[in-house]
Amino acid sequence: MMEWFAENPVLSGIIKAVVLFAVPMQIVPGLIYFERRICAWIQDRKGPNRVGPIGALQPLADVVKLLMKEDIAPKGVDRAIYVLAPALVFIPSMLAFAIVPVGMDLQVFNPNSGVIFAITIGSFAVYGLSFGGWASNNKYSLLGGLRSSAQMISYEAALFLALMSALMMAGTVDLNVVVRDQIAHGWNIWRQPVGAVLFLVASFAETNRLPFDLAECESELIGGYHTEYTSMKFAMFFLGEYIAMITMSALMVTLFLGGWSMPTFLLTIVHDWFGVAISFDQVTLGTMFWSIVFFSAKTSALLFLFIWVRWTLPRFRYDQLMRLGWKVMIPVALANLAITATVIVLMED
Amino acid sequence: MSDQEYDVTPDPAVLQKELQEGWDNRGKAPANAPNLFELVDSDLEGDEFEGKRMVMNFGPQHPATHGTLRSVFTLEGETIIHTDPELGYLHTGFEKLGEHMTYQQWVTVTDRMNYLSAINNNVGYAVAVEDLLQIEVPERCQVLRVIMCELSRISDHILCLGLQGMDLGAFSVMLWAFRQRERIYDIIEAVCGARLTTSWTRIGGLMRDVPDFFEDQVYTFLEDFPKLIEEYNTMLTNNRIFVDRLVGVGVLTKEDALSFGVTGPIGRASGVDFDVRRDNPYLGYDRFEINVPVHEEGDCYARYLQRMREVESSLDIIRQALAVLPPDGPVDHPDFKLSLPEKDAVYNDMESLIHHFKLVMLGHGIRPEADTAVYRATEAPCGELGFFMYSDGSDHAYRLRIRPPSFYNYAVFPSLSEGSMISDAVAVLSSLHVIAGELDR
Repeated sequence: MMEWFAENPVLSGIIKAVVLFAVPMQIVPGLIYFERRICAWIQDRKGPNRVGPIGALQPLADVVKLLMKEDIAPKGVDRAIYVLAPALVFIPSMLAFAIVPVGMDLQVFNPNSGVIFAITIGSFAVYGLSFGGWASNNKYSLLGGLRSSAQMISYEAALFLALMSALMMAGTVDLNVVVRDQIAHGWNIWRQPVGAVLFLVASFAETNRLPFDLAECESELIGGYHTEYTSMKFAMFFLGEYIAMITMSALMVTLFLGGWSMPTFLLTIVHDWFGVAISFDQVTLGTMFWSIVFFSAKTSALLFLFIWVRWTLPRFRYDQLMRLGWKVMIPVALANLAITATVIVLMED
Repeated sequence: MSDQEYDVTPDPAVLQKELQEGWDNRGKAPANAPNLFELVDSDLEGDEFEGKRMVMNFGPQHPATHGTLRSVFTLEGETIIHTDPELGYLHTGFEKLGEHMTYQQWVTVTDRMNYLSAINNNVGYAVAVEDLLQIEVPERCQVLRVIMCELSRISDHILCLGLQGMDLGAFSVMLWAFRQRERIYDIIEAVCGARLTTSWTRIGGLMRDVPDFFEDQVYTFLEDFPKLIEEYNTMLTNNRIFVDRLVGVGVLTKEDALSFGVTGPIGRASGVDFDVRRDNPYLGYDRFEINVPVHEEGDCYARYLQRMREVESSLDIIRQALAVLPPDGPVDHPDFKLSLPEKDAVYNDMESLIHHFKLVMLGHGIRPEADTAVYRATEAPCGELGFFMYSDGSDHAYRLRIRPPSFYNYAVFPSLSEGSMISDAVAVLSSLHVIAGELDR
């Protein structure tokens, strides 16, 4: 089967694209369900438990509700930009996911620019938020859009600098090579702890999740940039946020948590329990399956962290957020980068 | 602490004189009164920033107002340079209702004022009318009222603390507070049958005696409750983000607090060492040792800590009150000209039937002496809750005026929010804990 994939690059590419598009789209409803269940659990409530068994069909009901809602556009909106904004949030996060290797060498496409492509494309989401805020003809939305653009641009810098530190360890931007490097030398979270923390914090800011959800900021700006959106347009913003969350978690896993690999002692456990011997030396169907399992497990754990933090922490004020971004995170990330570079050069000598 | 410094009991004679001189005592303004609707902010126009400012409606429907408050912000970027609060979105005419409902009937209206701690309003009003009638309720009634007042105060405070967290994004804490509030609601329900609109007090007594298991229920609550304080300390008090959001934000100086008439936890957080329970005791509060915490900083974080410490002080008062609660005894004033006789007696006893009839029928009932007036303040969770009543000898007040703490507390909102960011305004508003029902009454 692996040979078939290698022999038919176009067909296999299409299959991969369809599957990798469909999978995150299917994860999102599940993620929303789990977010609601986990937040209910944190808050001592029951959460959705009426639609379907243990409320599992609740996301479906939500989607039906969103589809059937009347699509209202307020007076005075800039129609073209107003419609474009949700798509601009949704599509870049989806595209960025395409280069993440979800299993062993399994990604929709692997451009030469590697992870830089993901970050660059992911940055487009900021246009969606600020356009949405600007086009809505609402003062709260405008403030939300302004906040989000300033926030995402500032934290993008920190995100990229943190990411660079992980890339320097492997000396490449190819994510599969980054993972293989981690198999050989240990996860980057141990080798680059500062970089990992910075990346995690910046990814919270990039996805507009608490404690950095200033663009939405329910108690101040009502809904921020999506205050005036209803129906499927709102759903697109929502979807975009969740897919961005998945993409960021996936990138974090790939760059710092060993991607689709697992440390040897866990592989022995898998061997003992399931009788499967896994070796990441060559691509087989079994290894592929297990690498996807490992990757999903790690990503889910990170997604749980996202949800956990959201329902625990209060949010920053706008100026505090900027101070944290420019005066703490970027200098620390730069210093970390300089030290990493120096050490790498010294070790090569 | 001297009484002159924060005198809360104006001389009724002075009030009456003021009423006769200028203002019709039913609230109609004299001809020379200033027109409040003509206030124009001329300093907002014609300077270099004209056209660069944005006027934004904060409310009446806004998640952070927790009711129907409206403020009009003038913004430069995100900085508020002018706040224009507007009242009246929840105006219900409670005071006017007081001129048409009998003293007993109006108890139900007090529930709707500060609906988060209805018991305090019930008790405050009952105490005021009892002062007007110059009667004292039986001891068991007094102690029960104290216990319920303090429980209600705790429930109001913990909700306010939770809302402070919620407005800053920590939503879960608010729901944790609700878990304990439910326990208090359970006690209130056991005591008077309703959870929110309690209408628990009657003039000269209570609606009914508490059930047998009341004390056990309160003791269980007292044992369980400190868990919530620990949770608050973990989630908010020691949370770096939370502290950074509140310290130094919305500083209310002691002078401002005094001149605006800010009382209660907000005043005490600014260093105004005044508590009606201690300095002008009612319901036998003077027999308890009341620990009145005071903070000097006057910022949002001080107000947060203030409420935390007041919750602890209330728990202490409940413990003391439970210790002195008489195990038996009447809860109503023995005079049947004031309190309803037992239902059983009404059916079987001529005298009681007549008393019941006289008390219930319109035009009879409780009739304080003509031309007497009273101003009685009690310590409600938000501050000093006062009732002024002027009796013309009929069964309803000629004029009933409320001094709602939220009205005075909201008055400082413009000066606290101007110059800060929108996020700070939200933090300030939640720390002021303005209840719209009480504000607009």
